[in-house]
Amino acid sequence: MKAATSATASGDRQFSVHVASRVNQVVLGVGIIIVVFFILFPFFGGTPMTRRLVDFLSLLALSQLWNLMLGYAGLISVGQQGYIGMGAYTLWLFADVLHVHPFVGVIFAAFVGAIIALPSAALVFKLKGGYLAIGTWVLAEVLKTVVANIKQTGGGSGVTVVAARDMEVSVRIQGTYWWALGATLIAIVVTYLLLRSRTGLALKAIRDNDLAAESCGVNLWRTRLYTFVIAGAGCALVGAISAIHVLFVQPAAAFNINWTAYLVFITVIGGVGTIEGPIIGTIIYFVLRETTAKYGEWYFIVLGLLAIVVTVWSPRGIYGYIAQKTNFYVFPLQRKLRIVGRTAASQEIAAEGGEVAG
Amino acid sequence: MDWLNQGVQGILLGGHFALFAVGLALVFGTMRLVNLAHGDLTIVPAYVALLMINAIHFSPFYSIPITMAIMFVVGYLLQRGLLNRVVQSGDVVGVILTFGISIVIQNALLLGFTADNERLKAGTIDSLSIRINENLAIGWLPLIIFLVALVVIIGLQLFLNRTKMGRAFRAVSDDQEAARLMGINTKHIWAMAMGVALVIVAIGGVMRGIRTTFDPSFGSLSLIYAFEAVIIGGMGSGWGTLLGGIILGLSQTLGARAFGPPWSILTGHVVFLIILALRPQGLLAKTVTS
Repeated sequence: MKAATSATASGDRQFSVHVASRVNQVVLGVGIIIVVFFILFPFFGGTPMTRRLVDFLSLLALSQLWNLMLGYAGLISVGQQGYIGMGAYTLWLFADVLHVHPFVGVIFAAFVGAIIALPSAALVFKLKGGYLAIGTWVLAEVLKTVVANIKQTGGGSGVTVVAARDMEVSVRIQGTYWWALGATLIAIVVTYLLLRSRTGLALKAIRDNDLAAESCGVNLWRTRLYTFVIAGAGCALVGAISAIHVLFVQPAAAFNINWTAYLVFITVIGGVGTIEGPIIGTIIYFVLRETTAKYGEWYFIVLGLLAIVVTVWSPRGIYGYIAQKTNFYVFPLQRKLRIVGRTAASQEIAAEGGEVAG
Repeated sequence: MDWLNQGVQGILLGGHFALFAVGLALVFGTMRLVNLAHGDLTIVPAYVALLMINAIHFSPFYSIPITMAIMFVVGYLLQRGLLNRVVQSGDVVGVILTFGISIVIQNALLLGFTADNERLKAGTIDSLSIRINENLAIGWLPLIIFLVALVVIIGLQLFLNRTKMGRAFRAVSDDQEAARLMGINTKHIWAMAMGVALVIVAIGGVMRGIRTTFDPSFGSLSLIYAFEAVIIGGMGSGWGTLLGGIILGLSQTLGARAFGPPWSILTGHVVFLIILALRPQGLLAKTVTS
């Protein structure tokens, strides 16, 4: 989060372009403390809370990836459960059949996710907007049906991840936790760096107006492909982590549409198109889960209704609303123009509140 | 000829898929809204009929007109009260909203009716069939459903092409700004379109409830079949939708015959994906829609 990317003098006007404000440097310090707290958590947090945080971090990572696709590339997928499921089964394959250590198998799962995402993108990108969403759902159903009908993968009743079950419990929980934390941090950092880069500008241009972006020379197809593949790899990675976490992989659970329902609701409620949104959304989701989980279906209904209300009446989500009011971003992506000169012309610009949306 | 029998069953099944697909296509055609709750809305009428039948013990066939009326009101109010607000916000918002509605409906049905299998008992009709020869028998119920699908598609074409309301539907579909300038109340037309779509869904939904068992989780696959039929056939064409449904139905039944019953649904998906790869605009595409 470096401030002052450039300072230019042109004639009588002096201005500089900033990404971060001074507050952001304080936030960065606090952020580092929070990350260190999370890294050390398993040593003092106790097993039940650590296990809960694995769920929390997994969902946060998934939501960030879904947000990257929708919020920046305008790709709406409701088929991420396909990658999660394939990640879980790949982990089982590597851990129990090929005898790779489960924590190494996670990496192979991510590769498999990326490999599946490539031809999938070629197919679903032929569909537009909403139909693209159902296309991703069909692909997830295809993967689920194939896996559920193969006898070697246990068919509909699934398989136990023996290699993970035989691990020492504390090692397994801590390892899963750090993988989940790593996945979340990678998802956030990759999203942030990607959006700060040239590709990020292209993505934001696509999000705002894909036709205009394309006519400015943005390669729409390739840029969308990148985000789709990154999301596919990330979701498979989280799927693999969940397989080690619950020790059991079953088609109905691993490929469940509810996975995507969580991601959609979390991201939409928190705020699409911001890195902060999914964080807030995941926290809200967990508060709801801890307080209403025993009411079964009710909790899904409440979550769904909340997402409906936000979509219709506050489409930018909770964080979008806060950011609009305060113009404060924990992860600054907007490029702000600050006028330094004191000439009449520059003051006029300053009075207009010169800000360049990034 | 076992294959012939499977082929005939596939065509009849295709009529059923088309019955669900027509509503999805109508809503997309009039307002460019991809309704992800469409599948779950095909389950609702079956449960509405179930409630009626449990209360007053009559044939499920009599429940169809009442269910149609109820679903029309549901569709009109859903569109007027909620979905109209996002019609102009772009397709992504529509997808998120209808996905939310889909999950809410599915869980509300689970809450009200549990995950148990249900069936609308219609007496002997579900086992009666016309025996052509020793290998080929056509069930009355699948045949009736296929004929109903034909009547619905012809009726919808006549409605769109011959009536004043149908003309308004087409006008709103082509250019809603211009339609509004001509004095058409677009909000009302969108709500009518959703109402009509759910009337068709009501027929198909109750019929399926008579034909097979159902539970609240059926929504996803219903949506996917309807979507596959629409894309295979090509958007903006009623007959294309029927053709898409038949191709999907044939793929499933012939797939079951060739590779065994567990692979039937997958064969349907694969045929859909092949057509999507080779001819993404569909087999009978009339116009290029965006």
